[in-house]
Amino acid sequence: MTDTTVLAPARGVLDQDWRKIVNYGLLLALAEVFIALANMPVGLDDFILIEPILSLGYVSLLWLPLLLGYSIGTEKVLEGVTSHAKGAREVVAGACVGLIGGGGVSGLVLLLDNFDLRDPLVNWSPQLLALLAFDNGVGYGVGVWLAIGGGLGLLGGSMHLIAPLARRVVSTMVLAVVGVAVLETILSDIAEDLFLEWLADWIYFIRGGVSLHGAATVAVVAGAYAVWGSKAVKGAKASYQALEGVERKQANKVSIAVVVAATILLPLVLGKITNELLANVGLFLLLALGLNIVIGLAGILDLGYVAFFAVGGYTTAILTSPNRGDSWPTWIPQVWWVVALMLVIVLAGLTGLFIGAPVIRMRGDYLAIVTLGFGEIIRLLFLSDWLGGFTGGAQGVTNVPGVQVFGLANVRGTDPRAVFYLVAFFCAIAIYVSWRLEKSRIGRAWMAVREDESVAEAMGINTVNVKLLAFVVGAVLASFSGAIFAAKVGSVFPTSFIILVSIVILIVVIVGGMGNIAGVVAGSVVLIGVLGGPKQPGLLQEFSEFKLLIYGALLVWMMLKRPEGLIPNVRRTRELHQDEFLQDAWLKGQIDEGDETGDGGEVAPA
Amino acid sequence: MTTAMKAKAAPRTGVDWFLLLIKSVMFFFIATGVLLFIFQQIDPGNPIASRLNDDATGLTADQFEGLVIAGLSQGAMYGLIALGYSMVYGVLGFINFAHGEVFMVGAMTGMITSNKLHEAGAWESNFVPSLLFIVLLSIVVSTLTAVVMERVAYRPLRGSPRLIPLITSIGVSFFIQNVSVVLLGPGAKSYPALPDWLSKKRDIWFISIEGTRLLVVLVAAVSMVGLWYLVERTKTGKAMRAVAEDKEIASLMGINVNRIIVTTFAVGGAMAGVAGILWGIMFRSVIHTTGFLPGIKAFSAAVVGGIGNLNGAMAGGLSLGSAEAIAPLVILEPWGVSGVSQLRDAVAFSVLILVLLVKPTGLFGERLSSEDRG
Amino acid sequence: MSGERLLTINNLSVTFGGLHALRELDFHVDEGEIVSVIGPNGAGKTTFFNMISGMVTPTSGEIIFENQSLIGLDPNQVTARGIARTFQNVRLFANMTILENVMVAQHCRTKQGLWGALFQTSSFKREEEEIREWGEKVLGFFGTRLVGYRLDQPASVLSYANRRRLEIARAMATKPTILLLDEPVAGMNPKESEELTRLIGELRSEWGFTIVMIEHDMGVVRDVSDRVVVLDHGETIAQGSYEEVSTNPDVIEAYLGRPAEEAS
Ligand SMILES: Nc1ncnc2c1ncn2[C@@H]1O[C@H](COP(=O)(O)OP(=O)(O)OP(=O)(O)O)[C@@H](O)[C@H]1O
Ligand SMILES: [Mg+2]
Repeated sequence: MTDTTVLAPARGVLDQDWRKIVNYGLLLALAEVFIALANMPVGLDDFILIEPILSLGYVSLLWLPLLLGYSIGTEKVLEGVTSHAKGAREVVAGACVGLIGGGGVSGLVLLLDNFDLRDPLVNWSPQLLALLAFDNGVGYGVGVWLAIGGGLGLLGGSMHLIAPLARRVVSTMVLAVVGVAVLETILSDIAEDLFLEWLADWIYFIRGGVSLHGAATVAVVAGAYAVWGSKAVKGAKASYQALEGVERKQANKVSIAVVVAATILLPLVLGKITNELLANVGLFLLLALGLNIVIGLAGILDLGYVAFFAVGGYTTAILTSPNRGDSWPTWIPQVWWVVALMLVIVLAGLTGLFIGAPVIRMRGDYLAIVTLGFGEIIRLLFLSDWLGGFTGGAQGVTNVPGVQVFGLANVRGTDPRAVFYLVAFFCAIAIYVSWRLEKSRIGRAWMAVREDESVAEAMGINTVNVKLLAFVVGAVLASFSGAIFAAKVGSVFPTSFIILVSIVILIVVIVGGMGNIAGVVAGSVVLIGVLGGPKQPGLLQEFSEFKLLIYGALLVWMMLKRPEGLIPNVRRTRELHQDEFLQDAWLKGQIDEGDETGDGGEVAPA
Repeated sequence: MTTAMKAKAAPRTGVDWFLLLIKSVMFFFIATGVLLFIFQQIDPGNPIASRLNDDATGLTADQFEGLVIAGLSQGAMYGLIALGYSMVYGVLGFINFAHGEVFMVGAMTGMITSNKLHEAGAWESNFVPSLLFIVLLSIVVSTLTAVVMERVAYRPLRGSPRLIPLITSIGVSFFIQNVSVVLLGPGAKSYPALPDWLSKKRDIWFISIEGTRLLVVLVAAVSMVGLWYLVERTKTGKAMRAVAEDKEIASLMGINVNRIIVTTFAVGGAMAGVAGILWGIMFRSVIHTTGFLPGIKAFSAAVVGGIGNLNGAMAGGLSLGSAEAIAPLVILEPWGVSGVSQLRDAVAFSVLILVLLVKPTGLFGERLSSEDRG
Repeated sequence: MSGERLLTINNLSVTFGGLHALRELDFHVDEGEIVSVIGPNGAGKTTFFNMISGMVTPTSGEIIFENQSLIGLDPNQVTARGIARTFQNVRLFANMTILENVMVAQHCRTKQGLWGALFQTSSFKREEEEIREWGEKVLGFFGTRLVGYRLDQPASVLSYANRRRLEIARAMATKPTILLLDEPVAGMNPKESEELTRLIGELRSEWGFTIVMIEHDMGVVRDVSDRVVVLDHGETIAQGSYEEVSTNPDVIEAYLGRPAEEAS
């Protein structure tokens, strides 16, 4: 990429875009003050990363100056456009930004000391003041924060100066140490079962963050990986991509086998809490896979997706629990989960049709709001006194037995490992369904509808039927998740099916990457696994206070900066970055400009 | 009109038949409910009225009047919020899902300042100036919120597929709600008590209405007139309509499109700020989710009135507000549905769905540029 | 040379608001004909196509195709009956590959559903294979431009002329009886349009399509059409062979009367 770029000499230190610096600085200051007042430093102070020097609370304030100090120096480099060499100018800019940001925190320290705004701002507390002043008096705090801000900004800016390899080494090291520290519960859990307890003891400080020597070890290993390992990985990836035909298929088979084996084996070495976490991830993954068909493939923004989850959950609960509402006629039997599942499929499909039919001809944005309305209506009906005799109203349906696996086992919430296997089985089904459908006549029709509905219609696609089908397939997948959810939790309440669930699933799909199965998996693992679901705790339980805030910010940020998601679908990426893509293709000579010679005059693909 | 038009309108596919069925069932349900209600009114004891609902009593005139007034004043508030949705949709062609949050921010601002004034004693001693002050402050803060929102989240997305800004606005909405949670705490917060002369019921002509509700209706009416003047009589308004019609041509005519869009957000934000205060003095309680349901209902109101159509937004708000207040008792109760007040929100959503099924352009017609109608 | 009557349009009108886009139009096409529809800008030509393909509902009149009325059918049903179209302002599925563009167009000619895709039945695989083959065949009509490595590239990388070609291929892929081409050579250079003119002839002679074409390029119209229909203000003002039409005083007036518009 950069080889065609002309590199001009570095600009002078004072040749700055001061406005940009001030903007970045103020933004940083605002963000820092917000983070402080949002209680992150105090709330996360007990989460020790590196004993005894660093807690997550401080990190919440430290990462931003570093990041913004770095990013002020980055330029958008378009191919063929002059760009300047980096130099002291970038370092100074970073330091200035950091300094302004640090000034923001210092200002907050002064305000905290002199005013009491505890009334509206609940986190305006002496603890915050003490934390920000390092228990050392206001003047000390002000000075130190200015120094920290400037220093970190400077550090961020100077990242431009070091060689790319070194930059990679540093960032890998930092990420690795933070990652290992954050994942403490799960890693030490695994280590125990693999008889690696000694390793965990070396790295972790008696279950409270990484010890200093542990951090050093991790950093060294990560650094070594960045230097040698990543090359090997890249090489392997490249050689995989170079494979063709049968060999590629074989390689695919091997990698699928590895994933399956890991899914089966990993829960065996994990403890109860981690398995519970995985089961939750699986439940949401199942939902996200279903929503991915609706929004990712067919392009229908369904905000009432939770309705199908609810239908699955309630149907299962009512059919299997002895505690269902009193209004049911007695002849309705109490059945096994598997039998109930059959009815769940039928009912979910019908609900999909019922909700889908009225909305399917509406334009996309109206459809979104109306489906949201449907989701609410269904929840309100479940909650109401009117149907309370059937659904238990606010008390819900309790005493839902688990899943009887042919008399062999009873899968229920008390055994998260079994629940996980059950969920994983259904996720596998959902993945298979998505994969096969995408590469079929129906999948192509979905894509066409997503691209241009009226043209799709003119090309002979019955768009109403095709979209309804997407709706129904999505509904059935969601109802599976609901059915497992009911069995796992042992009860269903209207509060489990609030709009929030729809929105969290939407965020999972979008952050992961719309229209891409791997993306959706990654999204569920990262978001639900680490931060947690709407009500389900994630790995970082300390974050539960901030989880929704982070979700919201993440969604906005993703839409603005990376609408294609973490692991993008090639096609969707093109759609979302149409201009850049075309420009790129043009530069690479992939676009054919006219073709005088009858046979094309094409440029061979790069 | 002609045979050809009729041919198109007749149901052909399964979906069409199904929709016809839904519409018929809904119509039957509503019509029968109203009929039963009328029977109840005539004589609660008569066999037709008590057939589906034994405890049917009907409503007294006072109760009915109360419902209508409550519905209208609630509806006026929806209307004020709906203006913001409608204007943004008219100009930019997307649903600003986070507009409800602007309203919530307004209500929160009012809560904080009014409590501070209450502590200082000014709320009681100088109520009217205090009220004016919190309204002004709330307008400022809401306007700022809306403008910053546009600048940060929506402007970079202009020209992308229409669902993209909608999804972004969902994120913005989520974010603002949770900012409120982490900064102000998750619990509900209350406004200080209102002076007696404002909150007491008074008789005007032949109706009796609570002062606060009267205030809500008056303020909504004044805001409407102001907005009408702005859009129809000023240069900015003309520019706004031009931008709504066609952004490119408007910019060729020398209109600063960005400025007009910001103005649109600002005006919508100001209206939401006013609505926030009205909410505060009417219900005296706010929480971070205060903006969510009213926001969605206000959007429904905008759709019911015909999106892009400002008079429609207000009319839609009033209709939706009254429908949600009256329909549970007039339509659902005679059917023997118990606990009808729990179904208020469900009724509001049903109104939206019904209107979109029967008349997707809303009761008063859309005003959108052709590209956005698609 | 023309066979049976395929499409008959009687007394067709459409109004948008107060605008009469088409007024009491009569029209017919016989099997194997190539008919050109010409007329100044805004004459209602595209509206005419929109109406046949079901995208716009006429206010009055009838459209009869193979002895059945098309009025009230959805566009996809019209396509399924055997009328396919291209668009004046090329509307490809830009992010789908070139092959997928022509594969998806065979939707109404194929029928495999969920079951086949999920269980990979042999009939599903066979049908996929057929879809692919037919797709490559229609793409091959334009020489090597749209095949080979191009098959798996997104349609958005194509040059303008190639996009127009792909649009025609996509319409061909629906296996139509009648092809409606809306300004097929617009934006092409003389050499390209000359080639396309020849290909349009082949569409009839080798592929057996009946063709209705909107075109502003009189050279192309002259070279391929059996019959020319002239629209102005939504009304037919002349009909007949190219020579008859081109000397018709009404036509000359319609074009020359508004010289500013003729330019485009
Ligand atoms: N959906 C519509 N709504 C309102 N007016 C329309 C619509 N479609 C077309 N028109 C109007 O109908 C008239 C005929 O348009 P049409 O596109 O059919 O012209 P045309 O003959 O294809 O012109 P050109 O040669 O420029 O393609 C125009 O005045 C146009 O503005
Ligand atoms: Mg045209």
